Amino acid sequence: MADSIYGLMARFDSASEIFHAAEKVRDAGFKNWDCITPFPIHGLDGAMGVRRSHVPKFSLIGGLTGFTTGMSMIWFTGAFDYPLIVGGKPYFSPLFAFPIAYELTILFTAFATIAGMFILNWLPQHYHPVLKSDQITRGLDDTFYVVIEARDPKFDLARAKALLTQAGAKEISELEA
Amino acid sequence: MAHSAHTEHAAPAILAEVNPTPLPRAILVENNRSFNWVTEKICGIIEGPTPRWWWISFAVSCFIASFTVFGIVYLVSTGVGVWGHANPVNWAWDIVNFVFWIGIGHAGTLISAILCLLRQKWRTSINRAAEAMTIFAVVCAGIFPVFHVGRVWFAVWPGYLFPVPNANAIWPNFRSPLEWDVFAVSTYGTVSVLFWYIGLIPDLAVLRDRFFKTGNKVKSALYGFFAMGWRGSNRHWSNYEMAYLILAGISTPLVLSVHTIVSFDFAVSLIPGWHTTIFPPYFVAGAIFSGFGMVLTLMLPLRAIFRLEDLITQYHIDCMCKIILATGTIVGYAYGIEFFIAWYGSNPYEGFAFINRAFGHYAWAYWIMITCNVITPQFFWFKKVRENIVLVWILSIFVNVGMWFERFVIIVTSLARDFLPSSWGYYSPSAVEIFTFFGTFGVFGVLFLLFIRFLPIMPMAEIKAVMPQADPHAGHGDSKH
Repeated sequence: MADSIYGLMARFDSASEIFHAAEKVRDAGFKNWDCITPFPIHGLDGAMGVRRSHVPKFSLIGGLTGFTTGMSMIWFTGAFDYPLIVGGKPYFSPLFAFPIAYELTILFTAFATIAGMFILNWLPQHYHPVLKSDQITRGLDDTFYVVIEARDPKFDLARAKALLTQAGAKEISELEA
Repeated sequence: MAHSAHTEHAAPAILAEVNPTPLPRAILVENNRSFNWVTEKICGIIEGPTPRWWWISFAVSCFIASFTVFGIVYLVSTGVGVWGHANPVNWAWDIVNFVFWIGIGHAGTLISAILCLLRQKWRTSINRAAEAMTIFAVVCAGIFPVFHVGRVWFAVWPGYLFPVPNANAIWPNFRSPLEWDVFAVSTYGTVSVLFWYIGLIPDLAVLRDRFFKTGNKVKSALYGFFAMGWRGSNRHWSNYEMAYLILAGISTPLVLSVHTIVSFDFAVSLIPGWHTTIFPPYFVAGAIFSGFGMVLTLMLPLRAIFRLEDLITQYHIDCMCKIILATGTIVGYAYGIEFFIAWYGSNPYEGFAFINRAFGHYAWAYWIMITCNVITPQFFWFKKVRENIVLVWILSIFVNVGMWFERFVIIVTSLARDFLPSSWGYYSPSAVEIFTFFGTFGVFGVLFLLFIRFLPIMPMAEIKAVMPQADPHAGHGDSKH
């Protein structure tokens, strides 16, 4: 039975309800589960036990790459490929190169941050059992859902249902895979 | 543990003794609306039939935009001589218009980035439209530096602007602020688009599902393609919020650096009236001033047409007016300090440049600038003025006009009277220049109208997140204890 479904989707009607439900599901020891919310709820990461995002690591690498690119591009063009004296100034100095290196730091950080967000979220992913459900329209509008996946080692249909009911779910439906 | 703190955590004992008065928080969405109301209201604008006024405005904007198209085609096919530039004023409307449009864009980034970092929640209902304004303003700004090189393909190859070696294998001069500007503005445009797009993803997902439900497969697929399969997962929100915060964090130094580098175009030169260290902060304040003027010019009609009074409240308008007042006063102070330093610095050329600005051939432009930029914002001290929407809208137009004249005064008066009287001149724009600039308002209008027709004009997810119902601890931690 549990093999044929993707998981359970339980409806909650307010931010405070899903917050408490998330705490209960977390404390029950589930790992493969999620909350579907129309907007980021303050503190829900803690209630779910989601760790701090790894996006900043991507940003840091992007920023360092950008800065290095800017500096080395200006060194390469002005001091290596075609050294040319302009206004009696040195061929290369980090001072005049700084504004462009600064802008490229920001540019590369932006791309890396967004790439990091997509990679960590495994997006784009246009097919997903949750998206197939009719309830997603409300889940992105004004309703909140907890989704527990069947592949979770602790998943047992009856006990998961009982847990969600006890957590105050208004309606529980099975998601087809 | 954190998860139980909100239920078990009672107010500290001291609170009972001192009995603090709870500060009323400004209500950001009036009339106690529900989440669903927000979705219906904002999606309804896109899903409803195209209003007649939209078609009329669109046709008018296209007509106006054609002036830019003809102006540019004539310029490219004939040469830069069709513009009124001549010695000594070799920079004029092209750079004036460029700085004007770039400055307008700055308010959008200020709202989306700086106010985000400062946790100014009122930004949520205006930030989407303001960011769109930024992007379209950068598009209009970009037209001028690209086309003022005349043979426009030279901007790219061989690189007058972008770092590609020319026919003699020489690279662009990276010591020049003009080259810095290329990087600053192109980074600014790119990052603004990325920031805007990231903000749009959750809202595009809402539209995808709504169009799917009503059976509009084509629109659903289009919105769905750009929504990237967003499904509101909190594990996604966690990374999304972090990415958004970092983008806000890097856009803040970006927006400050862009207008700083734009001001370096002038400040790094030796021309009297340009060669001043006050330029970077003065330009940034002016940019935010003009940008908020444009935000009000655009948002007040939208608010009236789409009946958005519950989302753009009097509080929002008050906040924007106060920012205009603050930045306008900074700009006025900068005008004063420029004169003081010109006198105090005892440089005869510098002193002459400023006396000439106020009383020379271009005095008319100078006094238009002073009236619009220094006097206009002072009206916003008065609550009665800030509550009079029509008056606020009219004053916001004055701000736009004034800031265009500021750039004109700085650029043209300084060049027209430089060191040698033998090279003095008087600049007037040619018809081609006037048409090209006039047309950019049409370009902007076309882009903005397309935006309000096809994209959610307010970030639904962000608005919902600042509504009182969004707080999972509602009713626990406030004065009810």
